[in-house]
Amino acid sequence: MRVAREPFQFVAASYLVRVWPERAHTLGDMARVLRSCSDESIFYHTFQSLETHHYTAFSSDFAQWILAACNEAALAEQLAAIDLRSMVSLDALREELAGGVEQHLREHSGSADRPAFEPFHFCEALEVTMPVDRRAGNLRELAAGIRQLSLHTLAYHLITSRLRLKLATNDFSYWIEQNLGLPELARRINQLDFYTSTLEDLRAEIVAAIAGWDDP
Amino acid sequence: MPELQAPHAAAHPGRVEDHAPVVGQAEIDELREMARRLDGARVKMVNSTAVGGGVAEILNRLVPLLEDMGLPTKWEVITGGERFYAVTKAFHNALHGAPFAPQADWFDLFLATNEENRRRMDFSEEFVVIHDPQPVALVEGRQRLSNHWAWRCHIDLTRAHPGLWEFLQPYVERYDAALFSSPAFTKGVNISQILFYPTIDPLADKNRELSADFVQSVFESFGIDRKRPVLTQVSRFDRLKDPLGVIRAYRIVRRYFDCQLVLAGGGASDDPEGAAVLAEVHAAANHDPDIHILDLPPWSHREINALQRGSTIVIQKSLREGFGLTVSEALWKKRPVVASAVGGIPSQVIHKVTGMLVHSVEGCAYQLRYLLANPDFARRLGELGHQHVRENFLITSNLKRYLLLFHLLRRGMPPA
Repeated sequence: MRVAREPFQFVAASYLVRVWPERAHTLGDMARVLRSCSDESIFYHTFQSLETHHYTAFSSDFAQWILAACNEAALAEQLAAIDLRSMVSLDALREELAGGVEQHLREHSGSADRPAFEPFHFCEALEVTMPVDRRAGNLRELAAGIRQLSLHTLAYHLITSRLRLKLATNDFSYWIEQNLGLPELARRINQLDFYTSTLEDLRAEIVAAIAGWDDP
Repeated sequence: MPELQAPHAAAHPGRVEDHAPVVGQAEIDELREMARRLDGARVKMVNSTAVGGGVAEILNRLVPLLEDMGLPTKWEVITGGERFYAVTKAFHNALHGAPFAPQADWFDLFLATNEENRRRMDFSEEFVVIHDPQPVALVEGRQRLSNHWAWRCHIDLTRAHPGLWEFLQPYVERYDAALFSSPAFTKGVNISQILFYPTIDPLADKNRELSADFVQSVFESFGIDRKRPVLTQVSRFDRLKDPLGVIRAYRIVRRYFDCQLVLAGGGASDDPEGAAVLAEVHAAANHDPDIHILDLPPWSHREINALQRGSTIVIQKSLREGFGLTVSEALWKKRPVVASAVGGIPSQVIHKVTGMLVHSVEGCAYQLRYLLANPDFARRLGELGHQHVRENFLITSNLKRYLLLFHLLRRGMPPA
């Protein structure tokens, strides 16, 4: 079994949600605030909301609000279908979101000022991380460590790491490629659909992908 | 000068490790690590009542767990005369949107009582958490201190009376952070506003598993027939919980189903209106033998637990609500829930997924009828509701939020 050049350091990550004063009461508000809110807020309502939306129609907070509070199903579907993994930066994601709403409002001008059933509250996550006493030097140890992660920490390594890694990859894939020289396994893990699967399902898929990798 | 009221310690506070079977050992390990890095920091919690109401209940469970994590935590309760509590009750109602006509001395009485309590309390702990508006002005005590203060607001401020909020806001803005139960409750203050869901303790008497025999015995002791559907609302007798609306909804349902109604609750020690509301409820019930009005003492946790577990549907038809922990309690027990879309309830009840949200007496009756007619769907709601609570509204999540808050306060909250 290959031994990594540098061990993988597991980190315990947790979040508090901070609520910003900005609110959207209409789709017009949403289009405006999407242009001005923090990058952290964009990230929170798209990537980090994945942790909490097993039950609702869409994982993106923006899409869910546009569906449930504005009754604009087509626009909601359009924003929900944005492929987050194809985004190379939060600026690009912001452009996709705000541009989508703006285009919709150009085509449906009556939608801009119609009051939503409830306002949208812009939030962001305040992160606290701390290294835990667990490292992985090979694939077997990585899989063992992943089995023991809390869901928040799994999300940190798999999803929020994309912010640090400029949205291109995740901690596990990055380490597997850089330290074990296994780009194909890294790519497979990076391809997992975290937008439509629960974190527990993702954990099982990662562990299965590692277990199924032929690494004598 | 009145003596400080000693809060009741939980009878069996338990240890954090006891929650491992519910949330997993990894979660417990992370909590331990987060607590360890706080180096035994001391914490103070202050609220306005030791028994009755959701806040006392949360603290009753949370404080022993913080202690178990190696953080010495002192829970103190402010004291005041009957007039002070009448004033704070009026404040409470006005913050929920009720009409507000303060008498000339109310604000002075409020501040004087806070000042009396401030003088007798010691605030040398590193972290001080003040709960709700009653003790909010204790923050005057931080002038010469370098410790960290947070204000935990458990109530829905969406319709807060503007004049009253204008009076309270300067005190709130002297804290380092304000903690709210829902994004909708935030007020745009100039400090960090943090989302803090309230939570239930799955191991507490009110929520832990009970034997079927015990559940049956509780229903029998109150003369409730479990062979017929039982609709239950558990809430203190408070107009904001709309017990009269529940009776009206039940009477509509009765046209279609031979069901019973249970209204179980009590009067919290800081609620002088409780007796009056209870009398109104008795009058509205008009001796209907299928309406069971249970005025229970605050220690009736196992009985409440049994009533929730044994009910066909649990109702929470509040007109205003802070969070409505009874909803999470019922969902944890896999009960189908029909609840008003107010306060923090929509965070718990996702309509048609983890329960049914309603906006009126007639809507409440309609959804009750629908669930009684569709028991498989009702069962599915209960199952998903249980999962939703497990992921979001258990006390270990609350414990984690406090540990995170303390870490962030210590290192300096990012600018709001």
